[in-house]
Amino acid sequence: MKLVVVSAGLSVPSSTRLLGDRLAAAVGRAAEVDVQVVELRELAVEIAQNFTNGFPGRALAAAQEAVAGADGLIVVTPVFSASYSGLFKSFFDVLEPEALAGKPVLIAATGGSARHSLVLEHALRPLFAYLKAVVVPTGVYAASEDWGAEGLDGRIERAAGELAALMAGLSVGRGPRAVRADSFSAVVPFEEQLAALRPTG
Amino acid sequence: MQFGIFSVGDVTPDPTTGRTPSERERIKAMVAIALKAEEVGLDVFATGEHHNPPFVPSSPTTMLGYIAAQTEKLILSTSTTLITTNDPVKIAEDFAMLQHLADGRVDLMMGRGNTGPVYPWFGQDIREGINLAIENYALLRRLWREDVVNWEGKFRTPLQGFTSTPRPLDGVAPFVWHGSIRSPEIAEQAAYYGDGFFHNNIFWPADHTKRMVELYRARYAHYGHGTAEQAIVGLGGQVFMRRNSQDAVKEFRPYFDVAPVYGHGPSLEDFTDQTPLTVGSPEQVIEKTLKFREYAGDYQRQLFLLDHAGLPLKTVLEQLDLLGEEVVPVLRKEFAAGRPADVPEAPTHASLLAAEQNKEVVA
Repeated sequence: MKLVVVSAGLSVPSSTRLLGDRLAAAVGRAAEVDVQVVELRELAVEIAQNFTNGFPGRALAAAQEAVAGADGLIVVTPVFSASYSGLFKSFFDVLEPEALAGKPVLIAATGGSARHSLVLEHALRPLFAYLKAVVVPTGVYAASEDWGAEGLDGRIERAAGELAALMAGLSVGRGPRAVRADSFSAVVPFEEQLAALRPTG
Repeated sequence: MQFGIFSVGDVTPDPTTGRTPSERERIKAMVAIALKAEEVGLDVFATGEHHNPPFVPSSPTTMLGYIAAQTEKLILSTSTTLITTNDPVKIAEDFAMLQHLADGRVDLMMGRGNTGPVYPWFGQDIREGINLAIENYALLRRLWREDVVNWEGKFRTPLQGFTSTPRPLDGVAPFVWHGSIRSPEIAEQAAYYGDGFFHNNIFWPADHTKRMVELYRARYAHYGHGTAEQAIVGLGGQVFMRRNSQDAVKEFRPYFDVAPVYGHGPSLEDFTDQTPLTVGSPEQVIEKTLKFREYAGDYQRQLFLLDHAGLPLKTVLEQLDLLGEEVVPVLRKEFAAGRPADVPEAPTHASLLAAEQNKEVVA
């Protein structure tokens, strides 16, 4: 199965990326996955240009394809101004509308203090619900102090286990739906389009 | 193959001088550009249709009728006619009228328009865009082809015993292109009717244009209008030329950098690399335009966007000189070479009339 980590961390090294890596490793212990990491920092300019041009540049297009083709996603953002970062949101703003439909997603965030931990519930979960993703019950928030405290490991393992189970379940059950619908190969015959508009009775 | 220009009709300040032309100036400039297109030997002039500033061309047939009176050969077209927010009855009448005045030198391109607020201004809803395009165009076709129309649909008041006047010139409806950047439904619509399909081929990577054109060609063959290679394809393109390519880049960059639509975005170099835009010498324009055939197949109409982003009229007229004198003659020759004999030219009033008369003789 293919697991993609989307990290919106900005510094190098970044605690956001570190959390993403730990979550991916934990999923890897629970299921057989190929992991690909999408660093949004490297795509920042192309994301901005997608807003001005209407189409993605080459690297962004490749990242979008990876995300759309993944069996599961881990998305990690730093908390900025009490929410996900603008860069994080922007990446999902320029994704094709149905790209995440039915896809298992593990939400995670990092912050300077534990006061923002509910950002997972009031910002990330509604965003991915809107995008029609299947969000795993456990989100993982890591404040600075968590990196030296007990508890983070346990939350990582639980969330990763939930994601792995969901990915395995959906991968078995999904069949053809796992292949992203392509509007070019699935054109509605014109007679059907016309018929739908004909007055009835 | 037909070559021409298409204009959006934007009123944009010239970023190098800060000066904004008046609406009158811009409208007259569009006319001057159309007349120049005929003078330098181009085949087509197409105007956009917009109902919001900073655009001026809200009334395409008024402008095209005025141009028709001052030209002899130029085909007058649109890029695009809003099939969603215009009443199809008025489109049928306006363009039939224009056909008579212009002795048949008329075709048009259907488009949906992507500006949300324009729809409610005309009593419509952008969420119904595709359905409006489908129903309105189905009615438009009948209005041109049937003398008396009884019709009922979802979006417009019913018609009982309605005759659209004047009737199309010689009983032949104008040829119709359908323009769409990214909606497979519109490629399907064009294919279903055996109409032309036009891709603006400007803002998006070539790869995307290729998929839309391939879909249209496949469906054109599916509906039995001919082989996929015989489908009627038009492409846009955007160029800025000077004899010396460095001069072109230097002169165009300030316009590119702040241009509506893609300004403040990628660099000129990235954009020319990723899209069909060419900024350079006439030879570079020829080279890049000839490559369009590699992804779109042998096609029928090539329109260039020249007058936008605040470029002064004088500069645009110089572009037209280069296009007419140095670029198009070579493109005509090169595109003709290797073109299979059974790939048709773009339909014109004369060819459609001949086909109609042929049908009668056979019958």
